[in-house]
Amino acid sequence: MELERHSYDVVVVGAGGAGLRAAIAAHEAGARTAVVCKSLLGKAHTVMAEGGIAAAMGNAYAEDDWRVHFRDTMRGGKMLNHWRMAQLHAQEAPDRVRELEDWGALFDRTPDGLISQRDFGGHRYARLAHVGDRTGLELIRTLQQRTVALGVDVYMECTVTRLLTGPAGGGGAGEEHGITGAFGYWRESGRFLAWEAPSVVLATGGIGKAWKVTSNSWEYTGDGHSLALAAGAGLVNMEFVQFHPTGMVWPPSVRGILVTESVRGDGGVLRNSAGNRFMFDYIPDFFRKETAETEDEADRWYDDKKNNRRPPELLPRDEVARAINSEVKAGRGSPHGGVFLDIASRRPAEYVRRRLPSMYHQFKELADVDITAEAMEVGPTCHYVMGGVEVDPDTAAASVPGLFAAGEVAGGMHGSNRLGGNSLSDLLVFGRRAGAAAAEHAGKRAGLVALREEALAEAARAALEPFEREGGENPYAVQSELQQTMHDLVGIIRTAPEMERALKRIAVLRERVAALSVEGHRQYNPGWHLALDLPHLLAVSECVARAALAREESRGGHTRDDFPAADPGWGRLNLVCTRTPDGAVTVTRQPLPEMPPELAEVFEEQT
Amino acid sequence: MTEPGEPSIGAVDEGQGGNRGGYDATFRVWRGEASGGELQTFTVPVNEGEVVLDVIHRLQATQAGDLAVRWNCKAGKCGSCSAEVNGRPRLMCLTRMSTFAEDETVTVTPLRTFPVIRDLVTDVSYNYEKAAQIPAFTPRPRDPDGNHRMQQVDVDRPQEFRKCIECWLCQNTCHVIRDHEENKAAFAGPRFLIRLAELDMHPLDVVDRRDAAQEEFGLGYCNITKCCSEVCPEGIHLTDNGIIPLKERVVDRKYDPLTWLGSKIRRRRPD
Repeated sequence: MELERHSYDVVVVGAGGAGLRAAIAAHEAGARTAVVCKSLLGKAHTVMAEGGIAAAMGNAYAEDDWRVHFRDTMRGGKMLNHWRMAQLHAQEAPDRVRELEDWGALFDRTPDGLISQRDFGGHRYARLAHVGDRTGLELIRTLQQRTVALGVDVYMECTVTRLLTGPAGGGGAGEEHGITGAFGYWRESGRFLAWEAPSVVLATGGIGKAWKVTSNSWEYTGDGHSLALAAGAGLVNMEFVQFHPTGMVWPPSVRGILVTESVRGDGGVLRNSAGNRFMFDYIPDFFRKETAETEDEADRWYDDKKNNRRPPELLPRDEVARAINSEVKAGRGSPHGGVFLDIASRRPAEYVRRRLPSMYHQFKELADVDITAEAMEVGPTCHYVMGGVEVDPDTAAASVPGLFAAGEVAGGMHGSNRLGGNSLSDLLVFGRRAGAAAAEHAGKRAGLVALREEALAEAARAALEPFEREGGENPYAVQSELQQTMHDLVGIIRTAPEMERALKRIAVLRERVAALSVEGHRQYNPGWHLALDLPHLLAVSECVARAALAREESRGGHTRDDFPAADPGWGRLNLVCTRTPDGAVTVTRQPLPEMPPELAEVFEEQT
Repeated sequence: MTEPGEPSIGAVDEGQGGNRGGYDATFRVWRGEASGGELQTFTVPVNEGEVVLDVIHRLQATQAGDLAVRWNCKAGKCGSCSAEVNGRPRLMCLTRMSTFAEDETVTVTPLRTFPVIRDLVTDVSYNYEKAAQIPAFTPRPRDPDGNHRMQQVDVDRPQEFRKCIECWLCQNTCHVIRDHEENKAAFAGPRFLIRLAELDMHPLDVVDRRDAAQEEFGLGYCNITKCCSEVCPEGIHLTDNGIIPLKERVVDRKYDPLTWLGSKIRRRRPD
């Protein structure tokens, strides 16, 4: 068929931190590389990251090293993380941060002129390289400028709707079946295009738009998760969804927008309506040895970490989010259904404005609240999915030859719960690895993949279907209902009957999506774009609900009211979602990879 | 987890209109494409605490499903939802409805300096072309231990410009190119003049871009009327802290090589 066609070695889908870092690595490895992104370059969700990049550089505490970071990461994920990913991540993050400086990043400094590092939940030492509270902007701008300087081709405002697969690699009997390219459309014109490429790197981020209260932007519709599933890859750990403990709750239009954990890292505390620092009542046994018991000890910790233990406000995010949820349910919440986050009474106004400039700005502009003078109202917001494409730790390769995944769309690195700051380091470490491995894979298959004409015609036909139907439902209504369903039935606290109801509703929504209509024409039509994103959202929602229903225990970002305790048996199992030939999602149990003894020793050392 | 008062299953949030603190607003939104268009009038409910972008989203969900608009973070961090609201260049996500009287008509039009693609979406590729022309950051070598050392005081100045979220409001408002398409080839616009200033102030960068600033990026076109600083949602002092110092450094280089050498030496950090 007639359409715009391109040929590359590596096509990277997504231009957040992971995608851009992958593109840089692929380009530097000599691959002809393209980046495809739904928004303009530099607008990806990475820009929203506030706190920093976790890396055991040892600039603030010489005692810090990769083993401590590895241990913190595994414990934060309740030991469900893929040990090899956590190891590579902790080992390589410092180099990935230093290299950003060679590309122009300007981090805040220590008095010695080194990169300053700040405290964050779950990290034993101050270890987040940061720029005030706008670290994500610095990261994305640095990678964007590097990508442009290298001359990598960028397809902006362009959406991939299909991964193309077929014979990939030489021909002959038993020929390998794998990635041959991708199909998509220009948002501006609605015209279709296809890329022929033996390697595709998915770096599409998360799935947060399946929930009603979320810190995620419109782009986070699980495209990469769903594309990988359709191409035959498995999704691991999908039941683990992180609800960030502190999202804005008022006014309603900003509900869900993130309030950085740095507020707590820099001295802010959580209080209920009675003014109590309630987090002291929610310290789990798992973290009791390393958490302060009194307010005095907690307050001394900010200046003297050797002789004091960390404040409970800096427990991992899953613990804090559940605690806030419980306080609100018990009737001790703030006027608008959250709790109070108070830094005003604890730090001078000048300090708050210097350390947290964008939070100051955000509350002033959006809520008319001066955070240097009064407490913020905060509550949990859907923030991050730990689950994603199952990949080989060293190469980020999925089980489908030629398919790679890095960043939030990949699973395994964070186990059942991600520590703050580990996302930006994750996307740098595994973005680079994915890009390099994708380039190597493509190098062996140059000229050996071809796009099947029928597949292109079928992809085009499917994309235009919503225009063909008259009188169908509005896509916005279906999205809104899905968000409410996931919010009500597959939220922070889950039960079997609720998730079964959610699955029934998702099945009904799938039929409704198949009958949608959109108005207008193909040129920059957001209703049409949403109609094409909805099947992805439904696919990932189903995976989350099915995996969450199967895991009969509570762990990290998965809390079952009907199974409130962690179960050692489940602690040795991953759940992997795959597509069956008839389009259904199946969930299979898979034993965790075994950690080698020299790494296991890290957990026996005195804390 | 449903809280009281939340919309019931399946409902698009249609707004609360006259109930519970809401009201019906009159919006005039420019709709059309490159070949032309017009202002369309809508009556749309507004809830307490909302911003202009919320109302635009409600129009999409309930009255105009194909209304084209860019947005991402909805928190003033990504710089996507730029438009002109009652003639003023603004981020729609940071423009609170409470800044308008309830009976005031709110008019939303696309950025004027860039060609319209559709409705509120404009072709901003001019900016990306200029960005690609800036000579890239080039660092001095790392210290022997593999680190770069910089003092916070030296980092503060360029960090101000790195707060830029590339919303293009400064480019849109700059009179050198607003209504002067012919100047676009020779003038990079305030966003990229402060990018040049940032690189010039960057403690690690070793490239001199001052001739290029004048000759290739049109620094001389700027007559420091400061319109760009006024519209910057990040509060960056583009003119005072970026463009004027850059102009001074260009003059230094042109007329007094010794002063230039001296300033370079003074700025260098002890090893």
